[in-house]
Amino acid sequence: MKSLKQLFSGGARQFGMVFALAALIAIFQFTTGGKVLTSTNAQNIINGNAYVLILAIGMVLVIIAGHIDLSVGSVAAVVGIVVALAIRDWGIPWWLGVILGLVVGALIGAWQGAWVAYVGIPGFITTLAGMMLFRGANQYIGKSNTIPVPSQIQYLGAGYLPEWGPNTGLNNSTLLLGVLAIVFTVWVEFRRRSKAAKLNGAQMPVMVSVIRTVLIVALLGYVTWLFGSGRPGTSFPVSGVILVVLVIVYHFISARTITGRHVYAVGGNRAAAALSGVNIKRTNFVVMLNMSLLSALAGIVFIGRSTASGPFDGTGWELDAIAAVFIGGAAVSGGVGTVVGSMIGGLVMAVLNNGLQLMGVGSDRTQIIKGLVLLAAVAFDVYNKVQGRPSIIGTLFRNRRNDIVSPGTSEQPSVPVSAGETAARG
Amino acid sequence: MTDGPVILEMRSITKVFPGVRALDRVSMQVRAGEIHAICGENGAGKSTLMKVLSGVYPYGTYEGEINYLGEEVRFKDIKSSEHAGIVIIHQELALIPELSITENIFLGNEVKGSLGIDWAEARRRAVDLLARVGLDESPDEVIKNIGVGKQQLVEIAKALSKNVKLLILDEPTSALNEDDSAHLLDLLRGLRSRGLTSIMISHKLNEIAAIADSITIIRDGKSVETLDVGAGGVDEDRIIRGMVGRSLEARFPEHTPNIGSTFFEVRDWTVEHPQVPGRLVCKGSNFHVRRGEIVGFAGIMGAGRTELARSLFGRSYGRYLGGQIFIEGRPVTIHTVQQAIDHKVAYVPEDRKALGLNLLDTIQDTVVAADLRRISKRSVIDPDAAYLAAERYRKALNVKANSVTEGVVKLSGGNQQKVLLGKWMFPEPDLLILDEPTRGIDVGAKFEIYGLINRLADAGKGVVVISSELPELLGLCDRIYTIFEGAITGVVDRADATQESLMRLMTGAASAATH
Repeated sequence: MKSLKQLFSGGARQFGMVFALAALIAIFQFTTGGKVLTSTNAQNIINGNAYVLILAIGMVLVIIAGHIDLSVGSVAAVVGIVVALAIRDWGIPWWLGVILGLVVGALIGAWQGAWVAYVGIPGFITTLAGMMLFRGANQYIGKSNTIPVPSQIQYLGAGYLPEWGPNTGLNNSTLLLGVLAIVFTVWVEFRRRSKAAKLNGAQMPVMVSVIRTVLIVALLGYVTWLFGSGRPGTSFPVSGVILVVLVIVYHFISARTITGRHVYAVGGNRAAAALSGVNIKRTNFVVMLNMSLLSALAGIVFIGRSTASGPFDGTGWELDAIAAVFIGGAAVSGGVGTVVGSMIGGLVMAVLNNGLQLMGVGSDRTQIIKGLVLLAAVAFDVYNKVQGRPSIIGTLFRNRRNDIVSPGTSEQPSVPVSAGETAARG
Repeated sequence: MTDGPVILEMRSITKVFPGVRALDRVSMQVRAGEIHAICGENGAGKSTLMKVLSGVYPYGTYEGEINYLGEEVRFKDIKSSEHAGIVIIHQELALIPELSITENIFLGNEVKGSLGIDWAEARRRAVDLLARVGLDESPDEVIKNIGVGKQQLVEIAKALSKNVKLLILDEPTSALNEDDSAHLLDLLRGLRSRGLTSIMISHKLNEIAAIADSITIIRDGKSVETLDVGAGGVDEDRIIRGMVGRSLEARFPEHTPNIGSTFFEVRDWTVEHPQVPGRLVCKGSNFHVRRGEIVGFAGIMGAGRTELARSLFGRSYGRYLGGQIFIEGRPVTIHTVQQAIDHKVAYVPEDRKALGLNLLDTIQDTVVAADLRRISKRSVIDPDAAYLAAERYRKALNVKANSVTEGVVKLSGGNQQKVLLGKWMFPEPDLLILDEPTRGIDVGAKFEIYGLINRLADAGKGVVVISSELPELLGLCDRIYTIFEGAITGVVDRADATQESLMRLMTGAASAATH
């Protein structure tokens, strides 16, 4: 049992949500007669949800810091229309359009960050205002028209990686990415073992490493095959590549940099953070600015997928992103959450949507089910915390090193969820 | 009064948490009309025992038997124990700051009228209750406008409103100054003379020795002994001996100071209250600290000790009006906490849960939090360096935890305090300002922290200790400054200082006597 726990880094329980995702996929695979795990459908899931997952990356940092951002959909929409119009009417190249969009996103983020951090308006209020303000701006700028975008932008949102080289039966770009991921996994495992030995001489059983590596490699191999074996001309989607790069970058930032630690510190105990030399205002500013920057990127990816920017783009995205973050184990009171957890939360929602749709369930019942899943996931998490058990995946990737430093003592602190805390803590 | 009938008997109470046997066959008897103290180190199981008694841990989650007023009781929640007349007042006061005294007293226990709440009757009863606890405040006063000492009295009034027969007080004086503590103890005596039975948990052994009729001592989850104070021979040392299982020869470790030259000096430091313009919390304060010296700051609560410390520490309190900090004789500007850390100054706050620790963090994350750059390369944190650093401090400070990846929320108060000290030793400061470094922690941990402070001084650092406990300052410090209403009123060498002389300076009675 102890070895089994080591196998899953932080205790098997913490993988609850991963298992839930796997079970969900398995159930839908069964009930739809195998329509879920096809190349086309998997590509669709990624293409159709990349923008929400990009938003969730920013949102989890906002929520860890103790804020909330309701404006992300409107910000994405206003950036979308600016990019589409600038390319069509001003004739600027598509890449300049993308840069322009990101600059606009950053400016909007600076605006909202300034209100939150330096004036002290709660994020809830600032971004509620932003939600209206930037929705209106989108419709004002675009005169409520739908503006098409060029093919290069469409490539970002719905494109596939190129075909090249010998005929392997798979898309070679996807194959290359898969091989790189596998090599990386093996390297990480070796590094983990050598570090464990160096730090305190405690050595994990070889079998644990082998089984874990084999499992992950098998999963990666399957995913590579799944995405690479679609009809010719398709691959792992470009939007998925953008997403994976962002996840790696932001996981690293949140877990391994001083900036990331400061975000957790501000959300965990603001007064203690201030007395530890954390610049609270700057941290809040950066978190809000980053959210709008990622909203801009999500908006660009979305107009690429839908081939045009319209007046109602991004409606309700903020709720999807927030749901993904909370299903992924973040705490309403701040201080807790992970980027990777939020991705899993987002994928749970995405697979639910997709599977129910394939089953022919209407959007009415789909929404009911999604609502219940969100409630159940968070309730389960809260229940576990009340029982003094660890958050399901809230701590999953934040402390991967547990098994290195002290095998068997991977229990995480129980985190009381204070009912009086509001999500809009400024 | 210890000859009254037994009102409460807890027999062989065992309470097990996952992996921990918090209580192991604990028994105690309380007689009607007495004040019964429960003593024990932090983590000994005192609060757990009281939570069993008051139904926080319902019947069935513990083993053993509770007999109360002659029959066995099985409380399923706090409501049912309160119904039986057992009321617990927790260490953290449970009053709503924005509500009035009346509203707070009857919160959850509202006076029902024909239409909703009968506020007139509630207010009348509140006036009556306030008189009984000797609190001279309007019942319409909002809680946040009265001091902690008065809030504690409101808590007791609230308990009385519930027809309390057995009052449990968990650390009732830990947040109070000496005046308020004395007042509270008088009140408890008065209630006793009117027949109220109370159980009191406290770390302040002098108070216990002064007020308790009998004392149950708990050590490591077991009831060790019950002392009858009326029989005589019970003093602080006797209680300590029971708590730690040995006699502490001295409550302070031996220390021979090795004091060097002045390296930190403050001149004319003047700070205004952050909300109240014109009210000065520091009035032109001057003081200095020498290398290897332990300097105490004595003053009653609210005198401006914490305000002085925090305003020096990167101006993190109040509005700076004037004054200059000198380090090694050179004037320095410290406008932010980061600059203070860069100038090798550390401040360990008094309220470790609210201001010191992020309770979501692990020991490892906490220890390195004040100086992440030390374990980083170009802003990227090296987790191995963090682990090794935290492990080093865990060992050096004797933190009782399995590993540094354990959450600080799980640690006892004393161990949390050690981790917090580790957090501020990690930046390797030259000056450490420790604000109430031993508040709410047990005798054993106190001794360890005193030893640590001595070691810091021996390493050539300057240590400033702010404390409300005069014996602590007298036992630890080489020199003691006194503060009264924001002004430094005197400085006394250890050899010349007595509690009486300090108290005179702290209360402004003899401000011109020394210098």
